[in-house]
Amino acid sequence: MSGSTSAVGPVRVEARGWGWRHAGRLRWALDGIDLRIAPGERVLLLGPSGSGKSSLLHALAGVHGGDDEGEERGSLLIDGARAGGARGRAGLVLQDPDSQVILARVGDDVAFGCENLGVPRDETWQRVAEALDAVGLDLPLDHPTSALSGGQKQRLALAGALAMRPGLLLLDEPTANLDPSGVAEVRAAVARVLDRTGATFVVVEHRVDVWVDLVDRVVALGSDGRLLADGPPDEVLERHREALLAAGVWVPGAPLPIERRADAAGSRSAQAILVGEQLAVGRRRGAVVRAGLDVALAEGCSTVLTGPNGVGKSTLALTLGGLLEPLGGRVAASAPLAGRLVPEPIRWRSRDLLTRIGTVFQEPEHQFVASTVRAEVAVAPHALRLSGAEGSARADEVLTRLRLDHLAGANPFTLSGGEQRRLSVAAVLVARPRVIILDEPTFGQDRATWLELVRLLRELVDDGVTLLAVTHDAAFGEVLGDRRLDLVASDDAAASAPTGSAQ
Amino acid sequence: MPSSNRWRVVDIVVASVIGVATGLVFLFWNNVGYAWFSAADAVTPGLGGVAVGIWLIGGVLGGLIIRKPGAALYVELLAAIVSALVGNQWGIETIYSGLAQGLGAELVFAAFGYKRFGVLQAVLAGAAAGAAAWTLELFLSGNLQKSAEFLGLYFVTVVLSGAILAGLLGWLVVRALAATGALHRFAAGRDVTERV
Amino acid sequence: MVSSAPRLRFVDRVNPVTRLAALVVLTTPLLLTVDWLSAAVALGIELVLFALAGVTPKLLVARTWPILVSAPIAGLSMLLYGQPEGTEYWSLWLARITDGSIELAVAVTVRVLAIGLPAALLFLRVDPTELADGLAQIAHLPARFVLGALGATRLVGLFVEDWRAMGLSRRARGIGDHGVIRRVATMAFALLVLAIRRGSKLATAMEARGFGSDTPRTWARVSTVGGSDAALLAIAAAVAALSIAVAVWAGTFNPVWS
Ligand SMILES: Nc1ncnc2c1ncn2[C@@H]1O[C@H](COP(=O)(O)OP(=O)(O)OP(=O)(O)O)[C@@H](O)[C@H]1O
Ligand SMILES: Nc1ncnc2c1ncn2[C@@H]1O[C@H](COP(=O)(O)OP(=O)(O)OP(=O)(O)O)[C@@H](O)[C@H]1O
Ligand SMILES: [Mg+2]
Ligand SMILES: [Mg+2]
Repeated sequence: MSGSTSAVGPVRVEARGWGWRHAGRLRWALDGIDLRIAPGERVLLLGPSGSGKSSLLHALAGVHGGDDEGEERGSLLIDGARAGGARGRAGLVLQDPDSQVILARVGDDVAFGCENLGVPRDETWQRVAEALDAVGLDLPLDHPTSALSGGQKQRLALAGALAMRPGLLLLDEPTANLDPSGVAEVRAAVARVLDRTGATFVVVEHRVDVWVDLVDRVVALGSDGRLLADGPPDEVLERHREALLAAGVWVPGAPLPIERRADAAGSRSAQAILVGEQLAVGRRRGAVVRAGLDVALAEGCSTVLTGPNGVGKSTLALTLGGLLEPLGGRVAASAPLAGRLVPEPIRWRSRDLLTRIGTVFQEPEHQFVASTVRAEVAVAPHALRLSGAEGSARADEVLTRLRLDHLAGANPFTLSGGEQRRLSVAAVLVARPRVIILDEPTFGQDRATWLELVRLLRELVDDGVTLLAVTHDAAFGEVLGDRRLDLVASDDAAASAPTGSAQ
Repeated sequence: MPSSNRWRVVDIVVASVIGVATGLVFLFWNNVGYAWFSAADAVTPGLGGVAVGIWLIGGVLGGLIIRKPGAALYVELLAAIVSALVGNQWGIETIYSGLAQGLGAELVFAAFGYKRFGVLQAVLAGAAAGAAAWTLELFLSGNLQKSAEFLGLYFVTVVLSGAILAGLLGWLVVRALAATGALHRFAAGRDVTERV
Repeated sequence: MVSSAPRLRFVDRVNPVTRLAALVVLTTPLLLTVDWLSAAVALGIELVLFALAGVTPKLLVARTWPILVSAPIAGLSMLLYGQPEGTEYWSLWLARITDGSIELAVAVTVRVLAIGLPAALLFLRVDPTELADGLAQIAHLPARFVLGALGATRLVGLFVEDWRAMGLSRRARGIGDHGVIRRVATMAFALLVLAIRRGSKLATAMEARGFGSDTPRTWARVSTVGGSDAALLAIAAAVAALSIAVAVWAGTFNPVWS
């Protein structure tokens, strides 16, 4: 196993009866995995949220840590050696882009992997330039990594892994936060690297269509953490279609059964409930990201906000949500929403905000404050001083609807990516705000939870709740894009005028 | 119990995080704590030692959380370096103090074979760090030039302060941290949570 | 550690590790004696040198005021409890002001300044990445620890950012109305929790990039030492030697072990 790591050939993976249980969990996240991946093979790993996809990638990359962090059974071999010892032959991009920025400057961060592999200096910088170029991150090498948007961070992480030119490239939902052109770019970049290096490739992604042409095999995990299907893409997606759908896996072309009430949103009179006038937004004073924005959220409608990475969608959403102070212009709530309060949400108290405007952050972890899932959902009822019975009834209801009830005692920070996303939504819904602002609500969701979430939101909107969702998810826009706002990437421009309701 | 005494990457990174954060606490205490120290010292000789404990907490935190040889020393030393480089009234002396204080705490954890990490070990580690600080200051602060009454009283207060403000408080902080689940990758964190 | 700090002539060209070494060389000898003369000589030369490097009085006060304030306080303790010697001017219980304690008090005050100021000023402008590169490449400290600490420094450097983000999220979650003290206390603890959590994940991210394996590592950024570094070390040694020599010559040298 210990050879020259700077020129790693494609890697062979072999699992026999392999299983993994995280420390502190009763259930085995993965079990009885029998899997052989030939060198150079390209695999798409599917499975519902919480089925152990990320756990498997971690194991392949040898980053699971020792006995302290979980139990292993069976064997998992990388080129015939234990996976734990093979660190460095695999390049892994983790699911959460926020937590994998390592160094303070963009160039240094991408170079970090190369340094660890012992790549000579000149070659390192050459690889850094290539990798940044490949992922379309067009920033100076000394750009601070602390000032990147979610999508930019994801590109950065990918560049860091590509620069390592690993024999086994492992990507965990690499495009979840990217805009459509970014998805195409990243996919093309990965294809180029694979064609050049012939590396073995395993990618986890809920949306099959992005990768299905690039891979030659699909492996699906079931919600019990065991193998559900394995084979060439077409065969798996056809032969196992029903089983996959039942497990909650996205299958291309399967219709999305979402009912919407006829009398709903689009046809309402649509008074503006929250408006931004000549709004200038930014994270802090003097750093204006966008200016001159005129936006209006129509009451009881669902508005979808789209736009390229880094354009300022999240910043705008936080400003409308009464969390960031406008750097120019103003945000005003309609009289029915504000009630006895002043119209500017930024001047409301936190508790008043809770029942009026609820915001779900782009990075779920930013918003967790409690040490169990249940306590997390109970934060809002507690702040609203609801009675114990009513509070727990509400909490139970959202936990069940978002399929988190079995995790009620778990720590929010140990949840899988998709589970965290649902929890952050649940924690806001439980307060029943009249306006809900969601930043990328559906990323990392399997089909079953996606449907559950979208149905729930659709129902809320049909019942008169106003929704603003920042999203790159086209399917979400189909169902919930009563109105659309597109934030465009030119300097002078404002948000385009809302287009009419979409069907 | 740690299955091996080799530091994992997560041990290094989290120990460093705690070290740097402790260094920031020092920077705050260098003003507030020192004012208290001086006030107490001006009223009675040696009573200033009461405030010293906070400067010793790094070793206790490191030892209790990481549970590996060298952790107490590393955390206290890193905190001292941060405090010194950002700038304080003691300059390079801070780093030597960090070394001595960390060593004091480290010896206690070593004496228990890196196997016991309860409140007793925490309190003893804090006290030992205090004793080490007192010894070093004999030379570095020129305390040998002070009267014997001063030194006696100062010893008692520093050791007590170490036992309470570093030992007991450090133990409470670690318990609170564990309760949040932040230490789930450490034995220190898993002792308190149930399997779900 | 503040990148917005003003540039200094000469000092900025010196490798941070050399600056650390120079600090040790310059101030450690001063720790070995409590006398006003060696400290005063060192302080005088230091002030001239820093003025030459571009430290204005305003900058000096802005960056070192905690030291300026605490120096006389340290002296006060010595004034009251320093070993009595010679004429006694005043006494109350254990406190005694004597000729001896006055001299010690002056010595300690000047000593705190001579030892504290160079640390603050030499590191006025240090990029943690550069310091880490130097510590690993020049001082050959273990790379795992140096880089682990560097990663942690970056996380803690995000504290200001995190503090704001946390304020936003607490507001969004309906728990942002608490009074200042309670808010600051809970947020400070939450900040530590957040940093530790981030640290745990960062460790995984670092390992995912091959960190922590036994392969020898290369360095993308070169950390070099050259003429300026030698010069700074020489200056530091010279200042230390001169101030101790003057004190010995004048007979004020008063080693701490005496
Ligand atoms: N560090 C951890 N400690 C304890 N349990 C964990 C940890 N990481 C994951 N789990 C649990 O292990 C199971 C599998 O998680 P994993 O992250 O592998 O799922 P996933 O298939 O990647 O899901 P998603 O699509 O939502 O990202 C989940 O039930 C999760 O809660
Ligand atoms: N915490 C921050 N501090 C400073 N600048 C930031 C911060 N977060 C984002 N930015 C910058 O502000 C701009 C807008 O960021 P924002 O997060 O609003 O973009 P976005 O449209 O939501 O992008 P994405 O689709 O990638 O999430 C970006 O150019 C980004 O570099
Ligand atoms: Mg996952
Ligand atoms: Mg965003």
